[in-house]
Amino acid sequence: MFEHYLSIFITTVFIENIALSVFLGMCTFIAISKKIDAAFGLGIAVIVVCLITVPLNNLIYNSILKEGALAWAGLPEANLEFVGLISYIGVIAAAVQILEMFLDRFVPALYNALGVFLPLITVNCAILGASLFMIEKDLKFGESVVYGLGAGVGWAMAIVVLAGIREKLKYSDIPDGLQGLGVTFLIVGLMSFGFMSFGGISL
Amino acid sequence: MTVKQYKEVLAKPLLEENPITLQILGICSALAVTSNLSVTLVMCVALTSVVSFSNLFISIIRNYIPSSVRIIVQMTIIASLVIVVDELLKAYDYETSKKLSVFVGLIITNCIVMGRAEAFAMKEKPFISFLDGLGNGLGYSIILIAVAVVRELFGAGTLMGYEILPLVSNGGWYPANNLLLLPPSSFILIGLMIWGIRAYKTDQIEPNEYKLSKHATAPDLSKRELNV
Repeated sequence: MFEHYLSIFITTVFIENIALSVFLGMCTFIAISKKIDAAFGLGIAVIVVCLITVPLNNLIYNSILKEGALAWAGLPEANLEFVGLISYIGVIAAAVQILEMFLDRFVPALYNALGVFLPLITVNCAILGASLFMIEKDLKFGESVVYGLGAGVGWAMAIVVLAGIREKLKYSDIPDGLQGLGVTFLIVGLMSFGFMSFGGISL
Repeated sequence: MTVKQYKEVLAKPLLEENPITLQILGICSALAVTSNLSVTLVMCVALTSVVSFSNLFISIIRNYIPSSVRIIVQMTIIASLVIVVDELLKAYDYETSKKLSVFVGLIITNCIVMGRAEAFAMKEKPFISFLDGLGNGLGYSIILIAVAVVRELFGAGTLMGYEILPLVSNGGWYPANNLLLLPPSSFILIGLMIWGIRAYKTDQIEPNEYKLSKHATAPDLSKRELNV
């Protein structure tokens, strides 16, 4: 049982890394990776939000939206999958809002560190993408917890690594037109080629 | 509002303020769906229609949205539009919809849609917001189509599934560059494209944080006096 969870975790962190293998959350990934501190803060925020929203969406899908899930309410033929997208994004927006209020009230230190990044996360496609992939893979509740954690950790690791490279890179002599955005794209491309080498691992 | 202004709103995002190469918006889908031109075209049409109509609807009700809950309201409008697109796609082009998998759903969180709603539609009148959405959708489509053409033509020798460059494996002369079919190659292509655009539009170049100093050459050792 433990091995099964461990293999899901390793798969999501390395083999199916949400940033470098399926390319989700790229806008923030490229825009907020100039400094390691900021990248680290955003990474932690993504881990926390992923860990909360993926299992929540799993519960919603399995107990309300899935075909036949409403049998307990006397509606065995109801299939609400078409409102899936709107409910997942609603859950994410609400979870982020609640998390923000909770942190503000009880953990002000963390709130100040994450403050700026939390609202950004609602529109980060890594979060919604993790939920959608979880539905597509048809995971159980326990698996979805591990999947959410793995997706967040993988993304956070990737952005911290990129920020590290970019901090060093600002001292180098880059052609004018490639400066900034252009060279970042090239680096991410090379990193992503590197991560493809994990693809051969079978667990 | 004059016709000239309309034209400007429509044409600016195509090259000068392109959402992908300058505003860093909507990159995720630009990478994942560009290995095949016909899939890319469907994605472009889907995104362009969602961003134009979300701009239109948000702009119509912009004066009634309280600013504290505006994100949720915008999200709801965008998500409803995406659901409509998703259901239409499933009904009329099931094959492509399978290939796009989660990426149609991810239009909801595509930053172009959200970004334009927030930056333009919340302030401007409905018709011009619609044009702004259309322009940004087209700007996104141009980059996506360019990347997809390069990747499919040189990666598989075909365009829209028709053979253009006959492959060596089929008795032709063109050895396929399989590297281009791998998703990371689109990063490199977009990076080079940004370089090209900035070589032409030099005002987009980002300033260097640290400059090499002019006299940073190595000291000339041959002229050094020897201290014996």
